[in-house]
Amino acid sequence: MIRIEGLSKSYGDLPVLRNCSLEVGRGEVVVICGPSGSGKSTFVKCMNGIEPVQAGRITIDGEVLPSKPAAAARIRSRVGMVFQHFELYPHLTVMENICLAQIHVLKRGRGEAEAKARALLRRVGLADKESAYPTQLSGGQQQRIAIVRALAMDPIAMLFDEPTSALDPEMIGEVLAVMLELAREGMTMIVVTHEMGFAKAAAGRIVFMDHGEIVEVAETQHFFAQPSSERARLFLSRILAH
Amino acid sequence: MSGFDISVILHALPFLAKGLGLSLALTAVAMIGGLALGLVIAVIRLSRFRFPAMLAALYVNGFRAVPLILVIFWFYFLVPLLLGRPVGALYSVLIAFVMFEGAYYSEIIRAGLKSVRPGQWQAAQASGMTYLQTIRLVVLPQALRKMAPLMVTQGVVLFQDTSLVYVVSLHDFMTSASIVANTQNRIVELYVFAAFVYFAICTTGSVLAQRLSSGRRHAY
Repeated sequence: MIRIEGLSKSYGDLPVLRNCSLEVGRGEVVVICGPSGSGKSTFVKCMNGIEPVQAGRITIDGEVLPSKPAAAARIRSRVGMVFQHFELYPHLTVMENICLAQIHVLKRGRGEAEAKARALLRRVGLADKESAYPTQLSGGQQQRIAIVRALAMDPIAMLFDEPTSALDPEMIGEVLAVMLELAREGMTMIVVTHEMGFAKAAAGRIVFMDHGEIVEVAETQHFFAQPSSERARLFLSRILAH
Repeated sequence: MSGFDISVILHALPFLAKGLGLSLALTAVAMIGGLALGLVIAVIRLSRFRFPAMLAALYVNGFRAVPLILVIFWFYFLVPLLLGRPVGALYSVLIAFVMFEGAYYSEIIRAGLKSVRPGQWQAAQASGMTYLQTIRLVVLPQALRKMAPLMVTQGVVLFQDTSLVYVVSLHDFMTSASIVANTQNRIVELYVFAAFVYFAICTTGSVLAQRLSSGRRHAY
């Protein structure tokens, strides 16, 4: 479904990704974890080409992501993305947020787009918020709507970049619940997160990154029971200590 | 010349109104044309096309480095040379103002576009929007709210600058007032009146700009 080969990226002399490769199959849920600054956010943003890379090849559903951004737009529209800071459009209502790309990228009619939006809003329990503006909503509500906005495009896969790390603790659960449900329905998901509870419950495999490298890729149970690398062991002991 | 004779202003009113009309028309054309040109320049400068972006930067810095009066002269003499026929003072001045204001407006627009968080660009692009769609649907509407006060302020400055067209013998409001003042030998009356008109129009603009910027605080 998504194949990443030899991805490398640097800011000037500072390498942020070193020769990263990963293959994610249809319906698979992969969690990427690692210490902050390990390059995992950059890695996930490179997967749909919104961050340019110096070297490497990304294939999505059999199509190679072109290096020209304009040509990549069509492929990008097939992969949903959820951001740490939600990034809902503040000048638009919830309904307009969800319909914008449906109408302008997928060329759907307004009626069809709104019907799609309403059905998805019901699923995440926010049917009553369609005419609200993002600033009138809590962080947890905004992130659920950001997920709906991505799902409305009928994506073949979803990328999550630390979707809960900007949320107050009491709101993390409602977002994770939506993500868990998606995982159970068989959505292909790549999730950068520190939520090890979610990883244990939903992920098939764990990717551990450090210093811009993929240090370890392991089955979830294996990873938590006995990680093969020393760095992953150290990371887990720190993150699971509290 | 004794006392403050208001009748001289009343008599000259049609002539003065014509001058004011030219000033306002010039301001309107330069604002609309300048905004359109400024938007194009700003979008090119922020695009990833290095060479056009460099040309756009050169344009902006070039126009900002010379006084408006020089630009007016320049187009008055240069455009006829390029076209091989005279275009008249009015058209050359219109072109000069639009080109000049375009440079200033592009800086306001560029700053406005850049003030929108990178995450908003990324979210729009991640959903498959093109660069132009991202600007039109996501970035520009947010930037406009921040830019509106600066644009109005620039418009006020522009209105005052229209008095420079006297150098190519066009009769804007200031020039008209000055003509009446000299021919009627009523300097105090005419210049007090001119100051009052400028003050009224520019203050209205400034108040509008302030309204727009204080309204912003509650938006987001």
